[in-house]
Amino acid sequence: MNAVDKTGNLSRRGFLHVTALAGGGMLIGARFSLDGARGAAAATAGADAALNAFIRLTPDGIATIMAQNPEIGQGVKTMLPMLIAEELDIPWSQVRVEQADFDSTKYRGQMAGGSMATPMHYQSMRRVGAAARAMLVAAAAKQWKTDPEKCTTEAGVVHFKKKSLSYGELATAAAEIEPPNPRTVPLKDPADFRIIGQEIPGVDNPKIVTGEPLFGIDVTVPGMKYAVFEKCRVHGGKVKTANLDAVKASPGVTDAFVVDATAQAESAAASFSMFQVAPPNGIAIVGDSWWLVNEARSKLEVTWDEGPTASQSTAAFDRQAEELSMQAPERDLRNDGDAAGALASAAKTLEAAYQYPFLAHAPLEPQNTTAHFHHGGLEMWAPIQTPQFARGDLAKTLGIPEDQITIHLTRMGGGFGRRLYWDYMLEAALIARQAGVPVKLVWTREDDTRFDFFRPGGYHYLKGGLDDSGNLVAWRDHFVSFGEGPRFAPSAEMAPNEFPQAFVPNFALQASKMPLGIPTGALRAPTSNAISFVVQSFIDELAAEAGKDPLQFRLDLLDAAPDGMRPAFDAKRMKAVLELVRDKSGWGTADLPEGTGQGVAFHFSHRGYFAEVVQATVSKEGELGVDRIWVAGDVGRQLVNPSNAVNQVQGAALDGLAQALDQEITFEGGRTKESNFHNFKLLRIDQAPPVEVHWVMSDNQPTGLGEPALPPVPPALCNAIFAVTGKRIRSLPIAKHDLSWT
Amino acid sequence: MAIAFTLNGKSTTVEAPPEMPLLWVLRDELDLKGTKFGCGRSFCGACTVHVNGEPERSCRMPVSRAEGKEITTIEGLSEDGAHPVQVAWQEIDVPQCGYCQAGQIMSASALLAGNPQPTDGDIDEAMSGNICRCATYGRIRAAIHHAAKLAQAPPTSHETATGAGGSEA
Ligand code: FES
Ligand code: FES
Repeated sequence: MNAVDKTGNLSRRGFLHVTALAGGGMLIGARFSLDGARGAAAATAGADAALNAFIRLTPDGIATIMAQNPEIGQGVKTMLPMLIAEELDIPWSQVRVEQADFDSTKYRGQMAGGSMATPMHYQSMRRVGAAARAMLVAAAAKQWKTDPEKCTTEAGVVHFKKKSLSYGELATAAAEIEPPNPRTVPLKDPADFRIIGQEIPGVDNPKIVTGEPLFGIDVTVPGMKYAVFEKCRVHGGKVKTANLDAVKASPGVTDAFVVDATAQAESAAASFSMFQVAPPNGIAIVGDSWWLVNEARSKLEVTWDEGPTASQSTAAFDRQAEELSMQAPERDLRNDGDAAGALASAAKTLEAAYQYPFLAHAPLEPQNTTAHFHHGGLEMWAPIQTPQFARGDLAKTLGIPEDQITIHLTRMGGGFGRRLYWDYMLEAALIARQAGVPVKLVWTREDDTRFDFFRPGGYHYLKGGLDDSGNLVAWRDHFVSFGEGPRFAPSAEMAPNEFPQAFVPNFALQASKMPLGIPTGALRAPTSNAISFVVQSFIDELAAEAGKDPLQFRLDLLDAAPDGMRPAFDAKRMKAVLELVRDKSGWGTADLPEGTGQGVAFHFSHRGYFAEVVQATVSKEGELGVDRIWVAGDVGRQLVNPSNAVNQVQGAALDGLAQALDQEITFEGGRTKESNFHNFKLLRIDQAPPVEVHWVMSDNQPTGLGEPALPPVPPALCNAIFAVTGKRIRSLPIAKHDLSWT
Repeated sequence: MAIAFTLNGKSTTVEAPPEMPLLWVLRDELDLKGTKFGCGRSFCGACTVHVNGEPERSCRMPVSRAEGKEITTIEGLSEDGAHPVQVAWQEIDVPQCGYCQAGQIMSASALLAGNPQPTDGDIDEAMSGNICRCATYGRIRAAIHHAAKLAQAPPTSHETATGAGGSEA
């Protein structure tokens, strides 16, 4: 690069910045001060405030766009560059995409979570492309001595009357142009989109289908050793003694040692991000072959200090929850009207206890990280959804400055929320530091299943009241969950304005908690993936009690918001998806054979509106088959990449199906009982029904799709089972229930 | 112990403990990272390779059993990614995270080799050992049917199929 360096004021903290490339062409990026990048607020509240991108335009007319966000299979590595390319007005065939490293001085919001990439970046990425286009136009206009306003662009070429210059020809000259203010640069009319809205295949597909290395587990560093890490099977337990010498004598093992970061981590923990992890304690085995070091684990003889969690079990949680349900709730989360009074005077009341289990994330690529201490710093290659939080927390725990930690983002073999947490990165760093060599830590599937940040289980003790025309007039939920002190365990909380709050005049949400001692965290569509099952199943029970069609009962309820109430979502948008799924599924009109039924549910989460119908067949003997799922969704006026959008929605719906059918994590003696895919069951192809996806294109800002299609599936399936068998499924998974009927 | 086999068409000899699974020999000794580790217990199929043309879970196959066999991994399925299954996978845009897909493609290509026109039932049977955590099953099914058509069509039709560009530089 040469010395030409122009900056355009971007915002108070960031600058759009252009550099001429030594071999010709230009480099456009954004620069942020490191200070401004710290803290949770930068990643979540920044929405449209900051611009972040990186384009390299070379004289051959190729635009290389850096994909800034971590790719977990949500399609963001293709989607964000599409936004830039659209406004740059360059054909997709002239675009190359490269994965950016984590760099808070260049990028904002480098995070995969909360279905946030579309709402955060839809405008800002387009502005980067539009600003670059404006510079190319200005360069051409200068050459032609005309007004940029009179020039047009099309497919990577600037035109003025009969003259034209390609972006490649202009790239070097454009590097001399003052970058425009991206906040005021005009964006395309959506009617002129050529890339946004097209079905663009994933940019890594050619590598995926030929087996090229892409994932964290594929990383190799010169001089690297392999490591495994043996932890106490009781969550939170610690090593007392271990036969390290015997393990060191095993074939292929070069080192074995105890890692104990309890002290450092505890002192740093006060200032951790929300994705806090427990301090590692366990035994590292390091050597020349991953398989050999893992084999050496069988030689380990360890005495553990199991700690207080050793007394925890699923059976005990169930018992405590029932006891708590009979006591006064610990606290009120919400009170509208007078639920107790309205229940007492209701024409009909209904009572039910619902329960859902803990769940693991089980991404197919086990957790792993490669860590290398050198030149006074730490270099890491990691599948991580939250590099920004991970780096900050790692720096505090390891006692090294944040800017001495480099994180290379790898493609991830699934995330689902598991890789929001950086425990395996910390383990790898501690092992590499102690071993004094670069180390690649790879967990087994058993490690991955046992040591997750589980979706917490939960219990709901519900009462509903109907008036004499079958309208819902009262709702009371005593939610029994987990947590200590005033706080719920992560993802074990419930929003006080969950549906049907604001649609029923008398509403009470109360909570009690019990201590846990087992890590929990966000799983795809956190809290929604559980709450939807409870709410949309009990709504179905109330519809049946009222003698009304369950779908119409929901439509009526969505119309019933009492004056002055402000629901958490737009009831009209939800009604529109419900009506669409009713029409597409042939709800109430299809001629279904005996043993086949449909169930419906809807849920609002991550700004998305989703209503879904599941059709299931249950034999008299109780064998369940899921025939088809219809999804109707509203995520605003534009799907950026419809191919990926449908793939995400189908995947999310089938993820919900897998959870409902046969997934459960249980504990005994403080240990996770499940260990691999034989007892924590993922969906297989012969269980996967067709998923039909339909859209309501409402005139709203585009929002994300990774999560919101999941929550309606479990209740819609349970409601379909009820339609066939008359049996209510009030606890998951369904596999625990006898579905036989006569 | 020295073990000799044919790997992706080339004769190969490795020095490894005889009980070491073929998966780890491929990944860590021979640096072929396309074959994936998912469970290590033949539950997920991420590690599927062809052994004399038959799909096998390499995580449970001791390398000693490879002696004298023909092993094909995802890297050797075609010279340049032009196997009909690889082409179909891109045209249908199957992958989400992509981690399972090498195993899926190896199982699908073995299925089509023995059954050029599989029904949905045949597909369910042949593919039910391959988990896709992202649940791309609808597209896997569609891509297998599509690959069956591509395999029958004259070869030129594959060549138009590298997707819409934008691969990583
Ligand atoms: S890794 Fe071999 S079947 Fe899962
Ligand atoms: S694409 Fe992610 S596991 Fe199949």
